Amino acid sequence: MTVSSRSAAREEVLARVRSAVGDSSAVEQSYAQVPRGYRDAGGGERPWEAGAPQTVALFLERLADYGASARLVDASAAPSAIAEALAGRSASTVVVPHGFPEQWRAGLAGVRVLGDDPPVGLDALDAVDGAVTTAAIAAAATGTFVLDGGPGQGRRALTLVPDYHLCVIPADRIVRSVPQALARLDPVRPLTLVSGPSATSDIEMKRVEGVHGPRTLEVLVVAAEPPPEDHRPIDDPAES
Amino acid sequence: MRTALFVTCFNDTLFPNTGRAMVRLLERLGCTVDFPLGQTCCGQMHFNTGYQRECVPLVRRFTEVFDGYDAVVTPSGSCAAMVREYHGRVAEVAGDSRLAAAVRRTPPVYELSEFLVDVLGVVDVGAYFPHRVTYHPTCHTLRMLKAVRQPLALLRAVRGIDLVELPSATECCGFGGTFALKNADTSVAMCADKVRHVLGTGAEVLCATDNSCLMHIGGALSRLRTGVRTLHLAEILASTEDEPASAPRTAEGATHR
Amino acid sequence: MNGTTFLGMPAFPRAARDALGDAQLRRNLAEATRTIRDKRAEAVGELPDWEELREAGRVLKEHTLRHLDRYLLQFEERVTAAGGTVHWARDAAEANRIVADLVRRTGRSEVVKVKSMATQETGLNTALEQAGVRAYETDLAELIVQLGQDRPSHILVPAIHRNRAEIREIFRREMGTGAVGDDPADTDALGDDPHELAEAARRHLREKFLRAEVGICGANFLVAETGTVVVAESEGNGRMCVSLPETLICLAGIEKVVPRWQDLEVFLQLLPRSATGERMNPYTSTWTGTADRDGPREFHVVLLDGGRTATLADPIGRQALNCIRCSACLNVCPVYERVGGHAYGSVYPGPIGAILGPQLRGTASAVDRSLPYASTLCGACYEVCPVKINIPEVLVHLRARVVDDSRRRPLPRLEGLAMAVARWALSSPRRLAGAQRMAAAAARLLRRDRPIRRLPGPLAGWTDARDLPVPAPESFRTWWRRTHP
Repeated sequence: MTVSSRSAAREEVLARVRSAVGDSSAVEQSYAQVPRGYRDAGGGERPWEAGAPQTVALFLERLADYGASARLVDASAAPSAIAEALAGRSASTVVVPHGFPEQWRAGLAGVRVLGDDPPVGLDALDAVDGAVTTAAIAAAATGTFVLDGGPGQGRRALTLVPDYHLCVIPADRIVRSVPQALARLDPVRPLTLVSGPSATSDIEMKRVEGVHGPRTLEVLVVAAEPPPEDHRPIDDPAES
Repeated sequence: MRTALFVTCFNDTLFPNTGRAMVRLLERLGCTVDFPLGQTCCGQMHFNTGYQRECVPLVRRFTEVFDGYDAVVTPSGSCAAMVREYHGRVAEVAGDSRLAAAVRRTPPVYELSEFLVDVLGVVDVGAYFPHRVTYHPTCHTLRMLKAVRQPLALLRAVRGIDLVELPSATECCGFGGTFALKNADTSVAMCADKVRHVLGTGAEVLCATDNSCLMHIGGALSRLRTGVRTLHLAEILASTEDEPASAPRTAEGATHR
Repeated sequence: MNGTTFLGMPAFPRAARDALGDAQLRRNLAEATRTIRDKRAEAVGELPDWEELREAGRVLKEHTLRHLDRYLLQFEERVTAAGGTVHWARDAAEANRIVADLVRRTGRSEVVKVKSMATQETGLNTALEQAGVRAYETDLAELIVQLGQDRPSHILVPAIHRNRAEIREIFRREMGTGAVGDDPADTDALGDDPHELAEAARRHLREKFLRAEVGICGANFLVAETGTVVVAESEGNGRMCVSLPETLICLAGIEKVVPRWQDLEVFLQLLPRSATGERMNPYTSTWTGTADRDGPREFHVVLLDGGRTATLADPIGRQALNCIRCSACLNVCPVYERVGGHAYGSVYPGPIGAILGPQLRGTASAVDRSLPYASTLCGACYEVCPVKINIPEVLVHLRARVVDDSRRRPLPRLEGLAMAVARWALSSPRRLAGAQRMAAAAARLLRRDRPIRRLPGPLAGWTDARDLPVPAPESFRTWWRRTHP
């Protein structure tokens, strides 16, 4: 493919578009007229009451609906809950990305921890017993949490190749709806929205959990008090 | 209020009893209807089959014939939908601005159940029909007119009726106008499922707001000698103790009464 | 020629007749579509603002298409700034050539693919094969289709026509022989439980993911404002393909662009509930160009026209480009439910396929001329469409196109003559009354007082299975005239 034929195709496609739709003026005005009568458009009104008890309860319920095991723990009990979860999997080696909150690390005492620094190779990653991360934000209504590669989340392969993912999420990162969550994300970063363990409905349209991604997903929601040190406040628009 | 009856070419020719029942019913309710003799067809068959050009004279005639009435009432959900949704399109495609203006002036066209419930404000029309009946909501009545509750409300108010729910009622019967010929195999496959559901109800009578769909399902019910008859909503609503709905229309029964 | 119908496909009615005779297919489809219809209804019923979301989705798509040139340029600029490369393809052949060249430049002969309608549409796998590149489909249903040397029959679940027993047979046959790789799965012991089948697919593809150097994907959405690509999926195969290989190539139709990141708040609510009936699909990946220390080093987007601009030029037909490929219209379609996807003759089956295919490809072939008629116009598709595509409206519009094309032929068709006669008769009440009298007289002459059981020619399609009433001895208008002098 030469540059000239590439640009010829580009010009021709654009010319066809223009001839099909006519003059395309007033883009901004027309965009502003998109009706947004649905709930929480643009993230909705603040404050969002992220981490409100009913929001957290909804999040846990929706996750469980999709076959993830999910529970709420007190901040002080977070390390022991992590240790329990890993013991329950008989995990001996886990990958834990850089920036995983210090106050939770005590829960990793019983396992060998790979820090992904230098990066763990794919075969080694395939051999670990699981990945332990936190998440950037979560939307209760759909049981979704979002990994944005930030502190304690790591690159995308870490939470994909291992068969087990333990995600520890501070309660105040849980908002109610999808619009509220999207409004808090930076689209330039590679993002993964996770809603339950990997699944398929490809056989007779019946949902089966566990295909290529982690087949077991466990979520610990850590109650808001006291806030973890690296916790990014949810209502700070400058964040991310 | 000057109300005109648009009987539709199909009912005019094949199911005149439906039109007669409508006249009887509306007169009983104190509503005098006029039948402008210049009327023919709404153009639906042509339009839906792709013969939009052929619709132009039919649409023009429709606008002329019904011009000046306050309302038009018709025993066909799909013909009412054709007039409401697509007469403007026909004029537009023809590039005929005078016709487009005439279409905009067309009085509101109501399917019978809409007219009774929404315009006349009647639910109990004083009908008597002591039979087990199931109701099939035809697609255009259901999805284009969105007349969901009116026919059922009218039927529920009929004295003596044993109205039973039709399973998978909202699924198309497979008629689809020329679809029934162009895709006869698929059409029959759909009809077979509809017939199965109708028979499952144990109803003697299948009722709907379109005789075209009833002709389709009824054609299969008749071929299979099921003994289930089809009746347009108008004929059930027109039925009284003194003047019951006329002779049954089943496999061996005469089509005409 | 943009994209093709499956080779040697007969027109819809013939293909449908064959499908209707396949008892296994009928059973599989009825089961699967009922399951997904119920799930969708439940997921949609949960949202009190569903109608507002649909309206926002529709207007957003219409707005984007109206200003498509601007948004495409903006998308190109942002992708380029983020380290990616944008290519433009006028048609399927050009798109395939671009992708094959990009793969060849990496020096690799294997690629892993996420399910993508655009690559199905262009026949990319065949083009890659001709260029010496083996493409591995990684979506479970696509894998079933690929291993079974079959054709996709559904947009979202291409193997919907297969049940678990058939899938097990395909897996046992193909995974064990080494014909499609050297998988060690012990296929003889494979059962037909969906969990086991999913496990077999996991083992079969694991190695391929881990050593893949080139990934190929489509896109659910392209965000113009940021240059972001969005891929929604369930199994994790998509995440594997877009984040593990060194090189990632995305082939997407130009209509996939949306103006802003915020707009995803509409589409990411509409899509999963309409598609799989889930509140949210398990995984949605979004990325912008390339990222430091995460994912592919090289990223290409190929923007495909492939008949889309021609579709865009039609004011009524262009709404087909609103489609977000959810498949809700297929799942509720009573025609699709009975005949399945293969009868539609191309990768886009069902109601959306019946309006998209003939527009993307034109109406030159018998299949494409028959597709606009493959519907009863019942409107169930329009009712569930998350972006409110009025499919029945487009169907009748395309029927008019087919009829107008046929008018140019030297010999008139029987149907055309019948329609002309009907128009003549219906254009005057006198003629209509005359026709009614003639019909009634004919009925009397033949002494028909019972329904008609047999008709000749094309009308036999009706009477093969259904009786037909005879015209009334007295039409309504005659009765009216007699009783209302």
